Amino acid sequence: MEMTRRELLAKSGKFILLTSAAATAWEYVLAGKAEAAPNYDMTKHWWAMVIDIEKCIGCGNCVRACEAENDVPPGYFRTWVERYHVDDWDLEHPQVDSPNGAHDGFPERYKSGGKTFFVPKLCNHCADSPCVQVCPVGATFHTPDGVVLVDQKYCLGCRYCIQACPYGCRFLNPRTNTADKCTLCYHRITKGLTTACCEACPTQARVLADLKNPKDPVHEFLRTHSVQVLKPHMATGAKVFYKNLDGSVR
Amino acid sequence: MKEFLRNSEHLLRVVFLLVLGLTAFLLIRWAVVPPEFGKYGHFRPAALDDIRARQVKFAGHQTCEGCHTDVAEEKNKGKHAGVNCEACHGPLARHAEDPGSLLPQLPDTAVLCARCHEANAGKPKSFPQVVTADHSAGLACKTCHQPHTPKIGG
Repeated sequence: MEMTRRELLAKSGKFILLTSAAATAWEYVLAGKAEAAPNYDMTKHWWAMVIDIEKCIGCGNCVRACEAENDVPPGYFRTWVERYHVDDWDLEHPQVDSPNGAHDGFPERYKSGGKTFFVPKLCNHCADSPCVQVCPVGATFHTPDGVVLVDQKYCLGCRYCIQACPYGCRFLNPRTNTADKCTLCYHRITKGLTTACCEACPTQARVLADLKNPKDPVHEFLRTHSVQVLKPHMATGAKVFYKNLDGSVR
Repeated sequence: MKEFLRNSEHLLRVVFLLVLGLTAFLLIRWAVVPPEFGKYGHFRPAALDDIRARQVKFAGHQTCEGCHTDVAEEKNKGKHAGVNCEACHGPLARHAEDPGSLLPQLPDTAVLCARCHEANAGKPKSFPQVVTADHSAGLACKTCHQPHTPKIGG
């Protein structure tokens, strides 16, 4: 292969620059400490998620990724996928199933008739969340960057929040006996990574969004598409936006 | 003065008890409430650090592509451009940290591909699907398809 001196210099220069940049970023990711990612400013972010139902294929990659990333106990889910089957003569009563939270995908069940689609679900990270309001000890809280988290050291395991969540997103972790739920991969997003479920989603059906970042494509997306949150009548300020959500979804 | 003390003893007793109670309250509060509680809201700010201290398991495709440029380049030419490395190869942050410590598993394509491409009425009609029993009868998909750029014989 022929290569001029100029080409060689340019190529090696690019290689050195890119590798060193990746290595520096990676150090912060591995350090795993808040101070180690000094560039993260909580006041400059407002996290949300956009879910495109038409892209979800119900493969369960998100559920497995969440389990691997967050050590979710088997049989419990921080995120799961539901299958809705709506017959055209009974729009008000969809049949919903979620075998093992879609951890192993969905066996074929509805061969013909009606419509069938998948709805990925997770904590909606509500801005006015009922779970935060009912916590008697300040163990569940809103962060300034719009994530709802649980302080495992403060949680008493009283289960008030589990009852309060209108979306059923919380569970009592049998290992710690504290309330557990999606953290929106807070340990990842504060280091510039996306969530484990978004990383593993093969069709980009779910995308992490930062509503305070003016360059985030989410703004254009929200302007130009029909989006909906779950149970808008509950006025929870949910921040998981579903594109073209069917009216039958609860 | 003595007379004053004797006359207001019942009042002084109450004041003493109040001061004692207040001191006890302040002491207990000081001991029990963690430092900086309420700095960002009604919670313990150190909880944020606890949660952020969690180890990352998925390195993220940017990290993978830092080294495996050849594979990324090939993959990004084909239909699987949007599928991130760890969607199929599993969480590999430890591999990114020290490549020798954890080697990526080569997935069994007969199982892996079917997770997405097995025909199902719930999947969007535009998504490529096959009934694997008819299509390949359990043969590994990579016998014919190249998983990174999944065209026949590619």
